[in-house]
Amino acid sequence: MTTVQEHAPNPAAGDPGRPIGFGRLQRKEDPRFVRGKGNYLDDIVLPGMLHGAILRAPVAHARLVSIDTSEALAHPGVRAVITGKDLQALNLAWAPTLSADVQAVLVTDKVRFQGQEVAFVVAEDRYAARDALELIDVEYDMLPPVIDARHALDADAPVIRDDIEGRTDNRIFDWEIGDAAETEAVFAAADVVLTQEVVYPRVHPAPMETCGAVADFDPIDGRLTLYETTQAPHAHRTLYAIVAGIPEHKIRIVSPDIGGGFGNKVGIYPGYVLAVVGSIVTGKPVKWVEDRSENLMSTSFARDYIMQGEIAATKEGKILAVRTSVLADHGAFNATAQPTKTPAGFFSIFTGSYDLKAAYCKVTGVYTNKAPGGVAYACSFRVTEAVYLVERMVDILARKLEMDPAELRLKNFIKPEQFPYANKTGWVYDSGNYEPAMRLSMHMAGYEDLRREQREKRERGELMGIGVSFFTETVGAGPRKHFDIVGLGMADGAELRVHPTGKAVVRISVQSQGQGHETTFAQIVAEELGIPPESIDVVHGDTDQTPFGLGTYGSRSTPVSGGAVALVARKVRDKARFIAAAMLETRPEDLEWEKGRWFVKGDPSAGKTIAEIAFGAHGTVALPDGIDGNLDAEVTYDPPNLTFPFGAYICVVDVDAGTGHVKVRRFIAVDDCGTRINPMIIEGQVHGGLTDGVGMALMEIIAFDEDGNCLSGSFMDYLIPTAMEVPDWETGFTVTPSPHHPIGAKGIGESATVGSPPAIVNAIVDALAPYGVTHMDMPCTPARVWEAMQGRARPPV
Amino acid sequence: MQISMAVNGDEVTREIEPRVLLVHFIRENLGLTGTHWGCDTSNCGTCVVLMDGQPVKSCTVLAAMADGHDIRTVEGLAVGGTLDPVQQGFMEEHGLQCGFCTPGMMLTARALLDRKPHPDDAEIRQAISGQICRCTGYATIVRSVQWAAAHPPGWDTETDAGTDDGGAAGTTAEEVTA
Ligand code: FES
Ligand code: FES
Repeated sequence: MTTVQEHAPNPAAGDPGRPIGFGRLQRKEDPRFVRGKGNYLDDIVLPGMLHGAILRAPVAHARLVSIDTSEALAHPGVRAVITGKDLQALNLAWAPTLSADVQAVLVTDKVRFQGQEVAFVVAEDRYAARDALELIDVEYDMLPPVIDARHALDADAPVIRDDIEGRTDNRIFDWEIGDAAETEAVFAAADVVLTQEVVYPRVHPAPMETCGAVADFDPIDGRLTLYETTQAPHAHRTLYAIVAGIPEHKIRIVSPDIGGGFGNKVGIYPGYVLAVVGSIVTGKPVKWVEDRSENLMSTSFARDYIMQGEIAATKEGKILAVRTSVLADHGAFNATAQPTKTPAGFFSIFTGSYDLKAAYCKVTGVYTNKAPGGVAYACSFRVTEAVYLVERMVDILARKLEMDPAELRLKNFIKPEQFPYANKTGWVYDSGNYEPAMRLSMHMAGYEDLRREQREKRERGELMGIGVSFFTETVGAGPRKHFDIVGLGMADGAELRVHPTGKAVVRISVQSQGQGHETTFAQIVAEELGIPPESIDVVHGDTDQTPFGLGTYGSRSTPVSGGAVALVARKVRDKARFIAAAMLETRPEDLEWEKGRWFVKGDPSAGKTIAEIAFGAHGTVALPDGIDGNLDAEVTYDPPNLTFPFGAYICVVDVDAGTGHVKVRRFIAVDDCGTRINPMIIEGQVHGGLTDGVGMALMEIIAFDEDGNCLSGSFMDYLIPTAMEVPDWETGFTVTPSPHHPIGAKGIGESATVGSPPAIVNAIVDALAPYGVTHMDMPCTPARVWEAMQGRARPPV
Repeated sequence: MQISMAVNGDEVTREIEPRVLLVHFIRENLGLTGTHWGCDTSNCGTCVVLMDGQPVKSCTVLAAMADGHDIRTVEGLAVGGTLDPVQQGFMEEHGLQCGFCTPGMMLTARALLDRKPHPDDAEIRQAISGQICRCTGYATIVRSVQWAAAHPPGWDTETDAGTDDGGAAGTTAEEVTA
C-alpha cells in the first residue's frame, strides 16, 4: 500500500497535543454525499420549471442559409424555440469571452465548429425538448474548414472570424517573453544544442457532472437567480451584468454542489445564457443540462499546443538555456480564461526548476474550426504545457549526453540559497528546496535497484522504462497589479463572524468542486482561533451570501482565498484581544495568546476563551473606544506574489513489445506544497492529478478528421482511466513553506496533473530506448507505441 | 403505461411513458436524486443502482424493465439511520471528492461485499472497472472498500468502538501510514 513519508518537519503538525487545526480530518461535506444528499445542478427542481435543449451544428464550417422552426414549435409541450435572429433582436447573439473576444451564443451568420449552438428549444420536459430538436430544419452552405493549426496562417486559409471587422487572417496574437538576443548568444556558444517538436494534444477535463444551469428570472422585480455549474460565481455575475444588462445587484449566482470542475466550469457557455433567455421569454424557470457529447464537443478543451523545443547545454551537462516557439490552437473563439496580460497564461514558467543563463519563448495563437476554450483540465494557466516541454527536453538532453536523467536534474537545480529566485522570464520563485524532494522520490522508488532491474530485463529483451520529472508550478494568481481577468483583479475576500456562543461562520469567494473547502477553510480558522472545525460553517458558492472574489481555478483557492481566511481570523483574534482586556480589566498588551484564548501574561488561569469573548462582545461588556459590539471581520487578500509548489515524480512502466501496450507499474510522487493543512485531502488531490496524467499520457485526445468532425464525442471514444489502468499511488512530501503566504501554503490542486505526464512519457521513451526512440507524442496508445518500434533497431535479445 | 417496483423497500406504482429510462424514473418521478448520470453511452457508471442485488447501469435499463423488481439506491444504503460500512469507509478513507461517482461506487462495493466479504484489492478494482471517477484516482476508493470489509455491518455495536483509529469527524489524527 501507499506509504506517506514525512521528510522535512511539517510546521503545521508540530505539536501533537494541539486540540484542533491542521492535520488529517474527515471531511465535513462527506455525510451528505455518502447519503446521496448532495445538491447538484440537475437535482434542482423549481415550481413550473421548463427544460431547454440545444440544437448543434453537424458541420465545422458553413454559412447558415435558413432555419425553419415551425414544426418544432407545434410539437406538444414545446413553449419556445429561440434562434440567433431572436437573440440579435435582444442584442444577445454574441457574448464577450474571458479573453476579450466575442463568442456566438447562437449562430447568426455561420457555423465555426462542429457542435456549435444553432437553436434552443424550451419544453415542458426534457424528452419533449429533445424530440423537438429533431423537427428543426436547417440549411447550411458548406465552407472549407481550418482544422490543422499548422495551416491556419496559410495565405489561402479561409478566414474563420469574418465577423470581426478588418480581419484578414486567423492569427489571434503573437506574444513573446525573455531576451531573444541573449538566448541566441548562449545557444550559439553552447557545446550541445538539441531540438524537438513536442505536441501537447487537445484533451478535455470531462468532469463526471456535465455543465448546466437553471435560470429563474422574476419579471416583477427584474431579479435573476441563476444556478450554474461554475467555478467562479462572482466573476460570472459581473459578466452577466455586462452582457445581459441586468443590474448586478439584481443577479444572484448560485453554484451548488459541483460534480468536478478541472477548469471545465470556469467559462460562460452559450447554454447558460440561453437558459436565462429562455426564462425571460417564457416567464418560467428553465433548466439546461448538457449531455456528455455536448460536453466533450463544445465546452472548454485544454492544451492543444504545438511546441518547438530547444535546449542548450555544456557537454558536462550544465543546462544553459531553453527556447521555444509555440503554435497555440484556440479554436473558433478565443475564450480561454487567462489573465489579460498573459495570452499564453503562465507558459513562461517553461524554464522549469533549473538555473539557466537565458530563456526565450514566442507563442502564436490561431483560430481553427474547433470548439473554443483552452483553459481547462486542472487548467493551470498553461503551466502543464510548460512543464511538459522542459521536462521532455531535459530527458532528451540526458539521453544525448548518456547521463542519468535524475542526476542531470540534480546537477542543474536552482539551489536553496538562490531563493527567492528570479528566472529569465520574469517570475520570482518564492521558495524551494529541490534536491531533498528529488532524493526522497529516488529513495522511495529504490532508484538504483530499478535501474539494475531494467538492465537485466533489457538483456532478456523485456521493455521496462523509468521516467523522472521534476516540476515547479506558478499558482495562486495573483497580485492585482499584474493579474486580472476581464479587468477584475485576482483577489479574494473572506468574512468571518463569531456568534455569541463561540460558533462561527466563514464566507469565502472561492467555490469547491470536490476539493473539500468546507473542511480545509474551517481548519484554517480553527488553527488561527482555536474554534473546533465542526463549530465553523464554511459558506461558498452563492453571490448573495459571500464576498467578492475570482473563484477556484489555477490552484488558487489555498494560495489566495486561504490567505484571506487566515488573515480574517487573525483580524478577529486581534479584536478579541481588546475585548478580552476589557473583560479582564487589563491592557491588551498584557495579554498572551494560546490557541483558543487570551490570558494574562504570567497568570494563565486568568483568561478568556474565544467563546467567552464572543459572548462578551455581543453582551454587556463595556467596550474600549473604537471596538464595536461583535466579533466579526472581513478582508480582501491581494497576494504579494504567486506561490511555486514543486515536486519530484518517478514512473515505472512495462511495455509489451508485441502489442505496444503500456502498463504503469509504479508511480512515486513527492510533492512540496508548503504548509499542509489537511494531509488526507492533499493526498487525494495528488492521486486525482496523477490519474489525469495517466489519461493524458496514454489515452485521452480530442481528435478531429479533416472535415472537422470531432472523433472523441463520447466516452466510447474519449477514454478516461478506470481503476484498472492506474497503480496504487506512492506519495511522499517535503515542506518548504511559502515565505509570503500567511500560513505558508502553496496550493496542490494541479501539481500532479502538471508533473505526471512528462514522468510517464519519459518512462515510455526510456523503455523504448533499445529501439532508438527519443521522443513520442501523447497519447501513447498501443498503436502509437507499436508503430514507434517498427523498422527500428531491435532490442538485443 | 403503469409500472410497479420496490424501491429501497417501498412499493411504488407510477404511470410513465414506455421510453423513460430507469435513471430518469428514479431521479425525476421518485425524486431520489442521489442516483446520478454522467454519459450517454453506458460508460461512466455514475447511475449504478442495485436491481435484485446486482449492480446495473440505470441509464441502460428502461423503467419498464424494472417493473416487478427490487431496486436499491444510495438513499437505501443506510438502514434505520445507521450508515452502511461502505458509506462509513468512504468517509474514513477519503474515497470521494466531488461525490458525483460515489453513490454508484458504493452500491457496486456493497454488492461485491455481499458476494465476497473479503475481496483483495485487485477484485475491488475489477468490480468498479465499469465506473469512472475523475477525482480520486481510485486508490482511496479501494481503501474505503477494504475499510468496509474490515468493519462488517454491526461492527461498532458488537465490538469496542473505541478501538477505531480512523479519526472520527471532529477529531484530528497525525498523518497515517496506511
Ligand atoms: S449515465 Fe453513464 S453509465 Fe449510466
Ligand atoms: S469523487 Fe468526483 S468523480 Fe468520483
